[in-house]
Amino acid sequence: MPDTGIGASVRRTEDFRFLTGQGRYTDDINRPGQVHAHFVRSPHAHAKIKSVDTAAAGKAPGVLAVFTGADMAADNVGSLPCGWVVTDRHGDPHKAPAHFPLARDKVRYVGDHVAVVIAQTYVQAKEAGEQVTVDYEELPAIASSAKAMDSGAPQVHDEASGNLCYDWVLGDEAEADAAFAKAHHVTRIDLVNNRLIPNAMEPRAAIGEYDGGTGSYTLYSTSQNPHLLKLILCAFVLGLSENKLRVIAPDVGGGFGSKIFCYAEETVCTWAAKKVGAPVKWTAERSESFTSDAHGRDHITHAELAMDKDGKFLGMKVQTTANLGAYLSSFATSVPTYLYATLLAGQYTTPVIFANVKAVFTNTAPVDAYRGAGRPEATYVVERLVEVAAREMKLDPAEIRRRNFIQPDQFPYQTPVALQYDIGNYGQSMDKALEMIDYQGFPERRKASEAKGKLRGIGFSAYIEACGIAPSAVVGSLGAGVGLWESAQVRFNATGSVSIFTGSHSHGQGHETTFAQLVSETLGIPMENVEIVHGDTGSIPMGMGTYGSRSLAVGGSAIAKACDKIIEKSRKIAAHLMEASVEDVEFDKGTFRVAGTDKEKSIAEIAFTAYVPHNYPADLEPGLDETAFYDPLNFTYPAGVHICEVEIEPSTGETKIVDWVAVDDFGKIINPMVVEGQVHGGIAQGVGQALLENCVYDLESGQLLTGSYMDYCMPRADNLPSFRVGMTQTACTHNPLGVKGCGEAGAIAAPAATINAITDALGILSMDMPATSEKVWRLANQHAQAAE
Amino acid sequence: MYDFTLHRPTSVDAAAAAIGGASDGKIMAGGMTLIPTLKQRLANPSDVVDLGAIAGLKGIREEGGNIVIGATTTHATVAADPTVKAKIPALAHLADGIGDPQVRNRGTIGGSIANNDPAADYPAGLVGLGATVHTTKRQIPADDFFIGMFETALAEDEIVTAVAFPVPEKAAYMKFANPASRYAIVGVMVSKGPAGLRVAVTGAGPSVFRLTEAESALGGSFTADAVAKVTVAADGLNSDMHASAEYRANLVSVMLKRAVAAAAG
Amino acid sequence: MPTVSMTVNGRAVTGDVEGRTLLVQFLRENLHLTGTHVGCDTSQCGACVVHVDGESVKSCTMLALQADGAEVTTIEGLAKNGDLHPVQAAFREHHGLQCGFCTPGMVMSAVDLLKKNPNPDEGEIREWLEGNICRCTGYHNIVKAIQSAAADMKG
Repeated sequence: MPDTGIGASVRRTEDFRFLTGQGRYTDDINRPGQVHAHFVRSPHAHAKIKSVDTAAAGKAPGVLAVFTGADMAADNVGSLPCGWVVTDRHGDPHKAPAHFPLARDKVRYVGDHVAVVIAQTYVQAKEAGEQVTVDYEELPAIASSAKAMDSGAPQVHDEASGNLCYDWVLGDEAEADAAFAKAHHVTRIDLVNNRLIPNAMEPRAAIGEYDGGTGSYTLYSTSQNPHLLKLILCAFVLGLSENKLRVIAPDVGGGFGSKIFCYAEETVCTWAAKKVGAPVKWTAERSESFTSDAHGRDHITHAELAMDKDGKFLGMKVQTTANLGAYLSSFATSVPTYLYATLLAGQYTTPVIFANVKAVFTNTAPVDAYRGAGRPEATYVVERLVEVAAREMKLDPAEIRRRNFIQPDQFPYQTPVALQYDIGNYGQSMDKALEMIDYQGFPERRKASEAKGKLRGIGFSAYIEACGIAPSAVVGSLGAGVGLWESAQVRFNATGSVSIFTGSHSHGQGHETTFAQLVSETLGIPMENVEIVHGDTGSIPMGMGTYGSRSLAVGGSAIAKACDKIIEKSRKIAAHLMEASVEDVEFDKGTFRVAGTDKEKSIAEIAFTAYVPHNYPADLEPGLDETAFYDPLNFTYPAGVHICEVEIEPSTGETKIVDWVAVDDFGKIINPMVVEGQVHGGIAQGVGQALLENCVYDLESGQLLTGSYMDYCMPRADNLPSFRVGMTQTACTHNPLGVKGCGEAGAIAAPAATINAITDALGILSMDMPATSEKVWRLANQHAQAAE
Repeated sequence: MYDFTLHRPTSVDAAAAAIGGASDGKIMAGGMTLIPTLKQRLANPSDVVDLGAIAGLKGIREEGGNIVIGATTTHATVAADPTVKAKIPALAHLADGIGDPQVRNRGTIGGSIANNDPAADYPAGLVGLGATVHTTKRQIPADDFFIGMFETALAEDEIVTAVAFPVPEKAAYMKFANPASRYAIVGVMVSKGPAGLRVAVTGAGPSVFRLTEAESALGGSFTADAVAKVTVAADGLNSDMHASAEYRANLVSVMLKRAVAAAAG
Repeated sequence: MPTVSMTVNGRAVTGDVEGRTLLVQFLRENLHLTGTHVGCDTSQCGACVVHVDGESVKSCTMLALQADGAEVTTIEGLAKNGDLHPVQAAFREHHGLQCGFCTPGMVMSAVDLLKKNPNPDEGEIREWLEGNICRCTGYHNIVKAIQSAAADMKG
């Protein structure tokens, strides 16, 4: 195996700057003459704004300006759009109420933006903010999605009657009913997929800047997809020509979905930069992140699984209420629909599936994609349902899964919920996971725990996800407002080094290393000669950014395609230089050779010739700089089996994860070290959801009760075990690299595995996340009492 | 944060003068509670008097059979101190479990007790070991020092200078931490020594309290079995989204048994 | 406005600050040492950990004036003559960082741990990291890196 080629655990190029304090995050950037923004936010979950008095704040020391929604309205600043139209069961588009960057008539959640104060220093802006007087008429709030559709519930938007954004279905209900009528047994569960706050460690930040000389803007933003942010701001919100806004997303400290979206703060900073004639900087305090970053998950679901007498799945019905919060964030509508219900087949041959999703507005922060986005919710439904089914049918949990797995010879496999899986081998992952965890030895381990007075349980999660988002024609037909291809530009410099411009964006994933490995191997040049450039719309072709585990499968494929163009052009130059026909020139490991001769030219020599074309083919353009766009043919379908073992202290309910095995099939792997790191981080977030994290609003007042790390429980090092990661491999059939995507798998698999293990230990069928020590203690004691 | 004038006196007298002369002064020891409070703009003092530069308030000494810990001695110092570890390992263990390592490097015993957070560890340590608080004005037995939630016997201009701990025969502290904040949901200190049999509970109520039923039970026999039947009524205990009163009551029983077992060792 | 003087990464520095100026603000805004990060406002995430007189502290929970006369080391001062400190090198070797935002505080905290406990086991490392939150790595490789650094530093 080559030291830096595909398959090598190359140590990361980007680490040196991060380890020495030389990373450059948005808040590290200071622009000449910059001033600072502070947002005045709503303390109420729901209120009419009767008036906003900014006079005193405007006169406070250092203050340049105070703006409200009315000022933005006067400039015709638009609403922050939601870019995916979901068509409801009656054929109507979803309800899309306006979402202005600064509220105009009403505030609809605690943290909603009411005014912005811009001052010479941040402290001045914040202090002046306390002098902005807002006269609110408080209204009753609805914070519970379960009650949002009740008659008489407070209405978040006039145009969304009953707080319903859409009532959407997938699958044929009559067919499902017919399948259930034939069932030997039906398993039914009710579950809550708890609301989470993403909590990337770098709080969001933005600097807006305006150049009066050219009439152009620059926005530095903590964004996962600077191009899309540019497109949305220009075309939908600020009404700018797209060539007049440059968006730079420098080093970004984690995203997990929360930095995909177009937010009010960055919009205001960009707009206000021209108004005040200075760069406007804003950095969120963590408490602002809690109230105003888009949250994740928040589903209430009833699900049913019909089986024959052997535990073979006959049909599934799922009814979900999804909370979208007070306004639609950029992609909110797609998450509980096309990224959720389409995954309800899981790894199984369930022939009929019917899903109904009602998405509701509430007086809470907007909810959108968070690591996994819809797919963790789907896996949680399927894998909890399957686990309970196994217990009710008295089948081994591995066995019931095996009986229903789609078999390797059934691919490509068309599910009843729209997707066509290209390839997989689910039994192989199960076998490997069982072996790694020593499933045979579990009864002994359970006895050993019991001897110590502890309860031990084992839980499975056989997950699937649709990644590599996404074929443009498919998502377009489903309502997406954008294409989901990716771009790459491969630029040879005259002296042999290469710059790669990618529309993907790294905020921890290690693209600067993985992509360089790919290019190094493809073009046969040393990795240190490859530079990866990302995150600047001023220098990179239009791209679509990083989310949905798409960077390698889509962005990497675009790079591979651009490299192919480079090689083909180079071959022509080489043929000319070596006086051979193009067909006779072979390329291998950076060298062009004339077949059957000893004539050869290195690709570096070809690059030099391309830029110094003294001896050059007459019909060829100079230069060696190729751009490619890659639109995937299908989603990719990473899948695997995670097994969790827990030990519970019944006197306190403390739950310890004592072992974790993850066996994943991500297709071909470029850097195993990076991939395993993604798996670890994903599991930690999934375990966080299952054991610790919970976003809680007071259901009466709509106040956020978990608004800091004092109350919102982030997983720490001592909450987690070391993980054991194994791999199986079936190469993706439809992209040039055979890769699938690995960023979300852990977060998708982990919640079900954890809860399945805890309920197994407690000898119960169900419990809701997070499995806090108090909840586990109560269930352990109820169960002990029932057993006595 | 609102601005204030920071004073860094080098003697206790100068500190007392500074706080006496301030229109709305706050005393700061390690600042682990005060600085976050100021950052959230929940307090707006005119002056902050930092005790950190007063050499005489730092350090640990043995005096008349007691271990005397200066008010601005950090938790990390207490946790690592050879004398404390040898004479009152339960106290070293308690200090080693406060907050996180960086908080322990700055946070102080005097600051912790003067703040009297209902979920802090030290109040259980002082009451459970029968300590005496030394101030610029007097000596106050721990039993009389902690009055209620965030409330102590200290006067406005009174500064804690040290805490004197008698050396117990046996003692242990067991804590069940809030997984988010890492403060005590429940912490129980048990001891047997010159200050008698003591069981003190933090986290469960509005302020630290002694569990007399457990103390009586231990009078018969200092074993985990002796307290096996001791239960605490949930009535009046703290209840929040992290732990109901009922769960806290259970945790008091469990931590009590664990502490007695550890102390009986 | 009061003046504060300290030694930061071996260099004597002086600056005008307010009473309320935090050490982290002084480092980032006055000295432009932006390697030290701010990730929360409740003194919990640990992105801001630096060493003051050899002890790891949260620079977001210490006033600049409290560091008057102190020796401060930040992440920028850890590598000597371009050579990574063994803890930095181990984080790179074992992929103990992803987005890099928590990394400076995580590294400074780990350096303090290994000074106090040169041979920590996995449980001790995990407990020590109570004051440092990472959202990317699941801590697995951070723990591995610190174990490896401990071995290297004994070597």
